[in-house]
Amino acid sequence: MNTTLFLFLAFIAITLGITAWAARHSGSSASYFAANRRITAWQNGVAVAGDYMSAASFLGIAGLIAFFGYDGFLYSVGWLVAYLTVLLIVAEPLRNAGKYTMADVLAYRLSPRPVRAMASLSTLTVSTFYMIAQMVGAGALVALLLKGSNISFHTAVIGVGILMIVYVVFGGMIATTWVQIVKAILLMSGTVLLSVLVMAHFHFSFGEFFGAVSQVHYTGPDGKEVVKDFLTPGLRFKPPYGALELISLGMALIFGTAGLPHILVRFYTVPDAKTARYSVVWAMVLIGSFYIMTTFLGFGAATIVGRDFITKNGGNNMSAPLLANALGGAVFFAFISAIAFATILAVVAGLTISASTSFAHDVWTNVIHNGTERAPGEERRVARIAAFVVGAVAIGVAILLGPKANVAFLVALAFAVAASANVPVIVLSIFWKRFNTAGAVCGLASGLVASIVLIFIGPSIMGNDAVHIIKHAPIFPLENPGILSIPIGFAGALFGTFLGGREPLAEAKFTELEVRANTGLGAEKATAH
Amino acid sequence: MSTTLTPGVSSEKKTQWDRVAEMDEFRLLLLAKVGFVVPATVFFIAYYFALPVLVGYFPDFMSLKVWGPVNLAYLFALSQFFVAWTIAYLYVRAAREFDEYGERIMRRLEEEGKVKVDE
Repeated sequence: MNTTLFLFLAFIAITLGITAWAARHSGSSASYFAANRRITAWQNGVAVAGDYMSAASFLGIAGLIAFFGYDGFLYSVGWLVAYLTVLLIVAEPLRNAGKYTMADVLAYRLSPRPVRAMASLSTLTVSTFYMIAQMVGAGALVALLLKGSNISFHTAVIGVGILMIVYVVFGGMIATTWVQIVKAILLMSGTVLLSVLVMAHFHFSFGEFFGAVSQVHYTGPDGKEVVKDFLTPGLRFKPPYGALELISLGMALIFGTAGLPHILVRFYTVPDAKTARYSVVWAMVLIGSFYIMTTFLGFGAATIVGRDFITKNGGNNMSAPLLANALGGAVFFAFISAIAFATILAVVAGLTISASTSFAHDVWTNVIHNGTERAPGEERRVARIAAFVVGAVAIGVAILLGPKANVAFLVALAFAVAASANVPVIVLSIFWKRFNTAGAVCGLASGLVASIVLIFIGPSIMGNDAVHIIKHAPIFPLENPGILSIPIGFAGALFGTFLGGREPLAEAKFTELEVRANTGLGAEKATAH
Repeated sequence: MSTTLTPGVSSEKKTQWDRVAEMDEFRLLLLAKVGFVVPATVFFIAYYFALPVLVGYFPDFMSLKVWGPVNLAYLFALSQFFVAWTIAYLYVRAAREFDEYGERIMRRLEEEGKVKVDE
């Protein structure tokens, strides 16, 4: 058995142990959906980081920097700054006014059934698209990392899918939280170690390091060797649309993160708004340090391993593992690969629990059954079934798409929907008294539709070559629709509000929501074990 | 678990939310929050979007080398991390004042015996 497979199995054993332990403590709804709201600030901060830093950031951004230098690093910046929106605007009011899902806050003073139905549709869209992207990536990656152990794409997808279902169905939020914490600690230690080894390679001299980065050699498309300064902007984002693309991407990240359902539900696991606040700060310390270190990972791979070698050995997603191999040999390669595997599992588990909670709590209990459980524990039972179904669907779709599918656009889509549909209505319902049910439904719908349509008529799907699904020049020039879809989401919310007329009940309850959101009076409390 | 304030149903409970809203402490709390959050949000959004705008539209200027091979573009991107951390730190510090107002509101409610607030 090779070392990589052994470390994978070790991680699986540890996380299944956590799940078995958590299963004994998940006997009530508050424990299953919100870990009894007893997670501490640092634990939740680490878990948020673990929930957020996907394989797309660990492997994807390292690869983008290895191939496009500075332009790849621009992604890193947005992933951290986005947490200021979470910290300053969303986390505390959400914790104070909600119970299990994002829709709780929206339904608080608006008509619950239409608002929850739409909010849940948007949550399920974001979570499943994001999950399918992770699963396809996971399958391809695991098969690549375990090359030689006869594990195919299909086996890898099914394995990852079954594990995430087991964590969520049996261990609920407690298991999900601890899987995310273990993963975040592993990811941080692996990244620090890799960064130190990169700097050791350059004799701990930043001058030498940046000197090498300013002269990266690789083979150009015409087969000739080129030398590029990887600190110069413009290697990826080129005219005529490069600048707009950057701004649009920035908008999706900065506003979208505060609307990602799997991140938002994490704030229900802490005892109060103050703890939620400190947990965001913990998350920002970890996430920021991680993304600064992507400099060493990406530039290290570009200078030490080289673009040509990475292209021949699995492509840009393999940059970080190949760097580990070059610096620390086979054992370190196995360690970094195991971290990538842990990273994928923690993120898909987070997505599964947020999707299944939204279905059980929003759709089943509140939309279909008017807000009451017909039998004690029904909501939990439905959530477990939903987690199973969501997992099975994700496995099926990922296998159907196959390892070669280009799924990067699904991540862009998830962020665009979160930014254009979820965030406008969350912000308006907390801060605007006049906001009403029609505004929320219309805002969610227009943000959702605009994001999907703009992605589908954009360069991710349309293009005049073999890799594109629709063979036609793109109608919308940008891969990231945020710059247009976010204003459409807000406009839809405003338009709906004015069209819907005054809603006296919603306006009357605004004071109540304002008091709750800002003081924590009447907020859901932590429960005993 | 003895909080008697549940999401307002009867009109009597609604007036309790209104009573908090009318307290000076609550008004001061909102003022203090808006006073920090609005300028901080405007600043971080402006500072962040300056990066893609400058890099996207003025790449030659941003490629100016400042320290050896290290250019303005890289330093400005790096500064974003420290600016974000600084704003987070300032917010946490400012929020201590918000928490104080919150506690004073809770105390007043307890003293007036209108609600039992458990810890």
